[in-house]
Amino acid sequence: MSISTSKSEQAKLTEQDRELIMATQEGLPLVSDPWGELGRQLGMRAEDVLARFQQMQNSGVIRRVAAVPDHYKLGYRYNGMTVWDVSDSAISEMGQRVGDLPFVSHCYRRPRHLPYWSFNLFAMVHGTSREEVEDKARQIKDLLGDSCAGNTILYSSAILKKTGLRLRKQKDTP
Amino acid sequence: MSATAEPKARRPMSDDKPVFTDIERAIINRLQYGLPLTLTPYQDVADELGITEQQLLDQLKALLANGTLTRFGPMFHAGEMGGGLTLAAMRIPAEDYDRVTEQVNSFPEVAHNYRREHELNMWFVLATETPEGIADTIARIEALTGYPVYNMPKEQEFHVNLHFEI
Repeated sequence: MSISTSKSEQAKLTEQDRELIMATQEGLPLVSDPWGELGRQLGMRAEDVLARFQQMQNSGVIRRVAAVPDHYKLGYRYNGMTVWDVSDSAISEMGQRVGDLPFVSHCYRRPRHLPYWSFNLFAMVHGTSREEVEDKARQIKDLLGDSCAGNTILYSSAILKKTGLRLRKQKDTP
Repeated sequence: MSATAEPKARRPMSDDKPVFTDIERAIINRLQYGLPLTLTPYQDVADELGITEQQLLDQLKALLANGTLTRFGPMFHAGEMGGGLTLAAMRIPAEDYDRVTEQVNSFPEVAHNYRREHELNMWFVLATETPEGIADTIARIEALTGYPVYNMPKEQEFHVNLHFEI
């Protein structure tokens, strides 16, 4: 299933979790013992730091601890946000089928904003050339068939900002 | 093409073909999947890749310093943190694009911001601590920039798997 709300109920952050998140928003320490290093900063034992991270990953608060590349620098210079106007009756089924295509990295249903925006299905497609992205979009179009009334591809021409999700200090939030 | 011409991009695309060493390639591919949550995570990945832990750490630092990696650390799932998350778009005329970019990027709630070739030419992800924070942030962005923000929260998620093999 797609929409998960149940997990977030369980995923309440402890004060220690918040401190660990704040301490690693810029990144995990690049030292041999990252948990021990964080523990020294926060007055926790390395084992406990690790246990909190394992818990946060299990509950889904953290997807994973990973490298986030600048995809342009990896040669994936064409990042096409393909968007589709899919009939409301077909979108749940067709969205899942589009999302299952191996070359689709993100796939979501989102609201229309008529008259500027009639597209309700977003499928992100990456390629090393515009032709590659267009070929993949054609495969999506074939799959959607009559359920789709229109589509376009939005290419990104610059990354204006990419910092990842940040948690603000609690006292900053009103 | 959209009517907006070419205000200067922060990180324009380059035509250089990326060249990576075998070790860099192995590290980039491996670490997108996530660090094992073990007591010696870097040592364990280094063993897997057949390099030393020091080599792994040095290479990681270099890849971050030259911008190949934008970040190495926990990838938070704002929805699961009980916060708000949305995608939003704006229509900004060329003459105002730099100013509005500056203003939108100044919000800590803006996690990513992309210029895209469309009438809606600025697309950003907003992450807030509470679900109510989204509407509030959008109102403040509209007030500061003078342009409407089109909110496009996800209504259904079909797939998320961002991994770039090189």
